[in-house]
Amino acid sequence: MITADIWPASDYSRVPYRLYHDPEIYEAEQERIFRGRAWNFLGLEAEIPNPGDFRSTVIGEVPVVFDRDESGAVKAFVNRCAHRGALVRREIAGNAREHICLYHQWCYGLDGSLKAIPFRRGIKGKGGLDPSFDMGRHGLPPVHVESLNGVLFGTLSEEAEPLEDYLGAPVAAQLRRLFDRPVRILGYHRQRIRGNWKLYAENTRDNYHASLLHAFFATFGLDRSTQKGGVTMDGRHRHNITWAEAESEADAALAREAYHAARVRHDYLTLREPSLVAYRPERADRISLAVTSVFPSGVFVQIANSLATRQIRPRGVDECEVFQTILGYADDPPEMTLHRLRQANLVGPAGLVSMEDGEAIEVAHRASRPDPEATTVIELGGGGIISDRDYRVTDVPLRGFWSYWAELIGVEPEGAVR
Amino acid sequence: MSADPVAVWDLYARYGALLDAAQYDEWLALFAAACSYHIVPRENWERGLPAALVFCDSRAMLEDRIRALREANRFNIHSDRHLIGLPRLMTEAGVTVEAPFALYQTDQEGETRLFATGLYRDRLVGEGGSLKFRDKLILLDSFAVPSLLATPL
Repeated sequence: MITADIWPASDYSRVPYRLYHDPEIYEAEQERIFRGRAWNFLGLEAEIPNPGDFRSTVIGEVPVVFDRDESGAVKAFVNRCAHRGALVRREIAGNAREHICLYHQWCYGLDGSLKAIPFRRGIKGKGGLDPSFDMGRHGLPPVHVESLNGVLFGTLSEEAEPLEDYLGAPVAAQLRRLFDRPVRILGYHRQRIRGNWKLYAENTRDNYHASLLHAFFATFGLDRSTQKGGVTMDGRHRHNITWAEAESEADAALAREAYHAARVRHDYLTLREPSLVAYRPERADRISLAVTSVFPSGVFVQIANSLATRQIRPRGVDECEVFQTILGYADDPPEMTLHRLRQANLVGPAGLVSMEDGEAIEVAHRASRPDPEATTVIELGGGGIISDRDYRVTDVPLRGFWSYWAELIGVEPEGAVR
Repeated sequence: MSADPVAVWDLYARYGALLDAAQYDEWLALFAAACSYHIVPRENWERGLPAALVFCDSRAMLEDRIRALREANRFNIHSDRHLIGLPRLMTEAGVTVEAPFALYQTDQEGETRLFATGLYRDRLVGEGGSLKFRDKLILLDSFAVPSLLATPL
């Protein structure tokens, strides 16, 4: 296993490629991050409106179910039978009064407690379990679950700090902003990327790449790095909000100059259907883009009027799934729902401003593997201290991600920044 | 209208061949002036959820997609190969057609993988003396999309 001397620089401006490829490190992440004291984004209360509604999700690679019990409370537990370790709830979603394991029909309540075991007393007094077997100690392992405006987070750790403390004020405020009224689930996107999950986690914190890799942004005038924006983190710098305000006239003039040098078309090619990139303000603020990354695997996205959550699901050291939930608000009029469905063209595996991430992550994963000691360079916006920026050509939140990763894995170097 | 089965087969054969040859303008010409094109993950369809991976409810949006593919989007370097099953004419009038498909992608090293499989559920119209796609609904069985989806299904 690695030690603190893995880091060439204590400000995390150099990340050895080994950290994306070593199976031993991957297992340590599962144990110390996902099954450790992180809060993991699970899903949304809007997915389980009624008692008995359940939905399958993951914490890292651990299968988890969350549901709504008879009293209306949200419960979550590890989806693994206490008997032989089988997946209990095999469906992605549904409604049920209990969860019954396929294998030997062990039956669990909506709170995950063990309710019944077939042939518990045997047949005609023979076989079955010893009378001393304690049903109360063989429920589905509980996941501590908390809801912030209907956004569900879970942790397997007894030592996790309170959710609000974990998120920090700016991230909690951003979630309250996006989820300021009941949401409606419009559907799901899934994308399997042949790359380590951390490459995706970094990508969502990387403000620098957005309008360069995703040329559609600048080419069709949806968003450009010359707009007012920046990065805002929590106090521990583990999470990040990448944000931008809708473009002003002055921004547009600056863009003509800046993008000329960057070899990105910036000439506002016009779409035949311009509503695809039209932003209809929904609040008093001017924020037209907000990508909020919550360590380790949650992402909350507003791109114009396209709203989504993303969950990064690690699938071994070499692959991850990006599971995206497309949202509207419950009180959207039909015309607004249609606008959001059109703008969903921007996101997901076929997204006009997101499809490139799949390719960028795969080529980074592929080319970095053979040389574990070589490193990335994370210096846009400078090295040294990790802090918020009011400009967009920066990747400083990646260093924040790594600083907390190092803390949880237990490999913070001497004099490390946080 | 009633559709000549041979004309329907020809339309589907050309649809796959033009995509595989990356002749997107000629491919667009297979669509009617008023048309739609949607790629819907089967998990959404079965739950009655409206979100699509690609949602073009007008010809303008479909043309924008192709323009973006050429002018802005970057994607995995590959070639496509569509295998389209026999189209099934669903009504006496022959305007609703279903056809299963598989799409293989081959990368620059010659490695081929199954990229997508699903069902076309289409409404056809006669326009300018030939059959065209009025509404194309692609129900995507393989909704865990490998890598990314850029070139049309």
